[in-house]
Amino acid sequence: MGISRRSALKAMAAATATTVATTVGARETQAAAVAAPPDAVGMLYDSTRCIGCKACMSACNEANELTPDTALSGGLWHMPLDLNEHTKNIIKLYQGPKAGEHAFVKRQCMHCLDPACVGACMLGSLQKREFGIVTYKPELCIGCRYCEMACPFNVPKLEWSKALPKIVKCELCSHRIAKGKGPACCEVCPVGAVIYGKRVDLLAEAHRRIAEHPDRYIQKVYGEHEAGGTQVLYLAHVDFEKLGLPVLGDESVPSRVRNLQGTIYKGFMAPVALYGLLAAVMFRNRKKSGGAEAEEDKP
Amino acid sequence: MSAYSQPRPVGGKIFTLPVTLLAAFAGLAGALIVWRFLVGLGASTALNDGYPWGLWIAFDVVTGTALSCGGYAVALLVYILNRGKYHPLIRPALVTSAFGYSIAGLSVVIDVGRPWLAYKLPFFWHWNVHSVLLEVALCIMTYTIVLWLELSPAFLERARTSSNAMIRRVGQKWLPVARKSLLWLSALGMLLPTMHQSALGSLLLLSGPRLNPLWNTTLLPLLFLLSCIAMGYGAVVLEGTLSARFLGRKPETDMLAGLGFAMIPLLGAYLVLRLIDLAVRGQIGALFGFDLYSVMSLIELALFAAALAMVATDAQRRNLGNLFRAAILMVLAGALYRFDTFLVAFQPGEHWAYFPSVTEILVTTGLVAGELAGYIILIKIFPILAGEPQAAPAR
Amino acid sequence: MPTKARSIFEPETIGEHLVRCGVSRRGFLEFCAALMVAAPFGLALTNKARASEVAREVAKARRPSVIWLHFQDCTGCTETLLRTSKPDLAELILNLISLDYHETVMAAAGKQAEDALHTAMQENAGKYVLVVEGAIPRKENGIYMKLAGKPALQVLDETAKGAAAIIAIGSCASWGGIPSADPNPTGAVGVDAIIKDKPIVNIPGCPANPYNLLGTVLQYATAGTLPELDELKRPKFAYDRVIHDHCPRRAHFDAGRFARAFGDEGHRHGWCLYHLGCKGPVTHAPCSTRHFNEIPDVWPIGIGAPCVGCTEQSVAFRVPIFQTVPIRQVVPPDTYAPIFTKEGNVSAVATGVAGLIGGALIGAGFMASRKLGAADESESEPKPGKE
Repeated sequence: MGISRRSALKAMAAATATTVATTVGARETQAAAVAAPPDAVGMLYDSTRCIGCKACMSACNEANELTPDTALSGGLWHMPLDLNEHTKNIIKLYQGPKAGEHAFVKRQCMHCLDPACVGACMLGSLQKREFGIVTYKPELCIGCRYCEMACPFNVPKLEWSKALPKIVKCELCSHRIAKGKGPACCEVCPVGAVIYGKRVDLLAEAHRRIAEHPDRYIQKVYGEHEAGGTQVLYLAHVDFEKLGLPVLGDESVPSRVRNLQGTIYKGFMAPVALYGLLAAVMFRNRKKSGGAEAEEDKP
Repeated sequence: MSAYSQPRPVGGKIFTLPVTLLAAFAGLAGALIVWRFLVGLGASTALNDGYPWGLWIAFDVVTGTALSCGGYAVALLVYILNRGKYHPLIRPALVTSAFGYSIAGLSVVIDVGRPWLAYKLPFFWHWNVHSVLLEVALCIMTYTIVLWLELSPAFLERARTSSNAMIRRVGQKWLPVARKSLLWLSALGMLLPTMHQSALGSLLLLSGPRLNPLWNTTLLPLLFLLSCIAMGYGAVVLEGTLSARFLGRKPETDMLAGLGFAMIPLLGAYLVLRLIDLAVRGQIGALFGFDLYSVMSLIELALFAAALAMVATDAQRRNLGNLFRAAILMVLAGALYRFDTFLVAFQPGEHWAYFPSVTEILVTTGLVAGELAGYIILIKIFPILAGEPQAAPAR
Repeated sequence: MPTKARSIFEPETIGEHLVRCGVSRRGFLEFCAALMVAAPFGLALTNKARASEVAREVAKARRPSVIWLHFQDCTGCTETLLRTSKPDLAELILNLISLDYHETVMAAAGKQAEDALHTAMQENAGKYVLVVEGAIPRKENGIYMKLAGKPALQVLDETAKGAAAIIAIGSCASWGGIPSADPNPTGAVGVDAIIKDKPIVNIPGCPANPYNLLGTVLQYATAGTLPELDELKRPKFAYDRVIHDHCPRRAHFDAGRFARAFGDEGHRHGWCLYHLGCKGPVTHAPCSTRHFNEIPDVWPIGIGAPCVGCTEQSVAFRVPIFQTVPIRQVVPPDTYAPIFTKEGNVSAVATGVAGLIGGALIGAGFMASRKLGAADESESEPKPGKE
């Protein structure tokens, strides 16, 4: 027999126990509540006011200099079926089973308070910058698409058709906000279905509308707490899930990984300590076998 | 103490028919890679916004590096658990690992959309220290270099017997340096895989809301680590058996049987942890729901259990055919676990579908073929494999 | 309108002239209202709340002296000016401006006509508006169009010298029109290719809409300014948008309802003519909101004929009439994306290839393992080398 069963099992048990203990410890760590930046801006979209005119889609394409998605329309219309490399903002229609039951929903980046994409991005290409807007810097993007894997709203999209692709997503028209204007979609909406403002104000307005017309709205502002809270808020008459907005808990997506990393890595201490331990064991083993290995290596 | 002689080159004709065919297939993969860069990912792969990661990540990077954990696994055995008997297995395991990780690195370069900016990865002032993928990338890059450096004694030993005087001098000068640094490099070569193989598991934690509950656990890093070490042993068994068979050498049954034994605690721990985790999170009902996810989980567990059963007794481990089959099942089990975590458990929505395109499949198999050809060529030229055993082992 | 007597040597205002000619005030107000519809924005003259205010402005102005030259033309632009649906409107138009030289409508002929031209040029030197209809040939020193024995080039040069402004009416005068179509044997060009030192307003169209001309001339008469022009010197109040953006049939385009052949069901229902080659998406013109002959729907698309792009040099007489054009400003259609759409395809070929490779590998693995098991039993015998 080579290895003594006992020592092998002992070693494995020790290692497993340590790791399990730390992992379970990580699970029990409370997720800290995510605070919005004080000047956080966002949008409030009221599905009951939206008339589905799609002016916001045209305005978005124009303000962001995106080529329209004419793949399905033979060149005639900007007709995307989902957010994609040509579409940072889309209006979708939900049609319920009952006659006349329908609702529009506007989909774009949610500008989460603790975004999964920001937690994923290796070199910080996606980050929350001014006013809490999640913006993208292509010069730091390697195109690894971890942001796409991470986002629970499935927002970042890659330019699959290009040989030199970038990630495409709504950046709340931060280039316009810098000039004192709001996002193009909010500016062009003819009925004020989507409005721009500070998150605190929008949240207050949303609750005010619910209080004033309780029969018109689902009694919830979507985005107030979802995934730790988002800067784009939704009001609707039908279940948010039916509109394609996923059911999410209050815990932000990256907090889980941060807790795990924090517990296991403790900064960089744990890897350094482990390295020291491995080297020390190897030293001791070499001494124990009396340098026989060194003799073997002689020419 | 080893009953085996020093490692030496296997020698013989290098470009035999199998090697030529493998190299040709690898050449085809190379051509397809060039094409992929010319036309972009959309035209060459079946990847889409629902499944942005596909075969090249799930297999080439995640499974491929796990299969290349042979160097890591054997090093743990030899250097940490002090079983010098397995020392002759280290170099061949390192070759498999070095090629495997190099192929994985190449696959990453092919898979990402903007690889020309990869030079910015060492720019620590841009690092997002919370990004698990960054840790994986940096670790894998460093580990690949460490693997090739750990092989440098083999190359330098060969250099010493070269007909070229300058190469001989280089070999003579640098071999002692390489040998002295082996300890530090080997320690690094065990630290780094511990970090990134578990990190590979943590990657999908960030997809938590969209990860099927049967796989969505904070134990993912540990489960990935345990299975990767077991896969490392499995890979070494496969590689050892096949190279012996194809090169007409005696298979190192004694050592390989020992590796089979080493798999037992790993497989056992994996199964126990996985089942306890499912129970604690209330997923046992889902495990037997017999939908796609349940069936895939059950197949995974069955493969792990089957592999465990097949290496349970000494007699089974010494039957090389059985051990070989057990290693195949072990490798399949680990590979399936990884495929499932990255591609099956990941649920972007029922309206998304993904299956690798022909290009993706041919590039992956071509790269593996290249790896095999590289391995064969290396062991023929450089002193990697130990000589045949002089006598039957004493114990 | 002013009624006090005035010396016959003082030029009349338009208001005074209309009274003297007995043109009805109602007709005048109707005309001013029509002008407001033709130029609802972008023209200072019509930027008023009521037609009566426009009428007051116009009435105060002096009748502008207009010299109208015809070159390589079909006289269609003149005809469209005169082919009004109400006869007295034509008369009104002719009384709003002092048409001092116009070969089609003037009574004089021959030498008398020539004298009339020279007199007008001298008396109103520096003040008259020169309207040019028709293209000007340049090849071989312009011999392909002569007026009283002089090449058009020369006539234009001489007449332009004393003009306050030049209005090129119609596509021919604006950029060459039909005479300039390939191979352009006479070297026909528009006015602004020849005259470089005078303000020029191009009013392309085949024919041009007469209200564009009238708005421009009256703007000049009342305020002394020309309307804001785009980079092709076309008045923005009429040419700043493409027909597609103001087309009455746009809803059919957005909803995907197209006529596919003349006389088919779609055509008879008045659906969009895009697939019949309508050049609306690439043609800047006001026709979709200001129709012709004061009768609603009297314009090409209105009667079911696809627009041929007659105002645009790159389109008219160049792009085949029934060839479709690309849409420049692409906007969403009338339909909506559903909440979830099936995306991503599973290729059958790829599945097959993967199955083959996977199966082959696993099969080979198990075959090899069986051989190994057998070889294991005869371990003591050394094997011959395989390679």
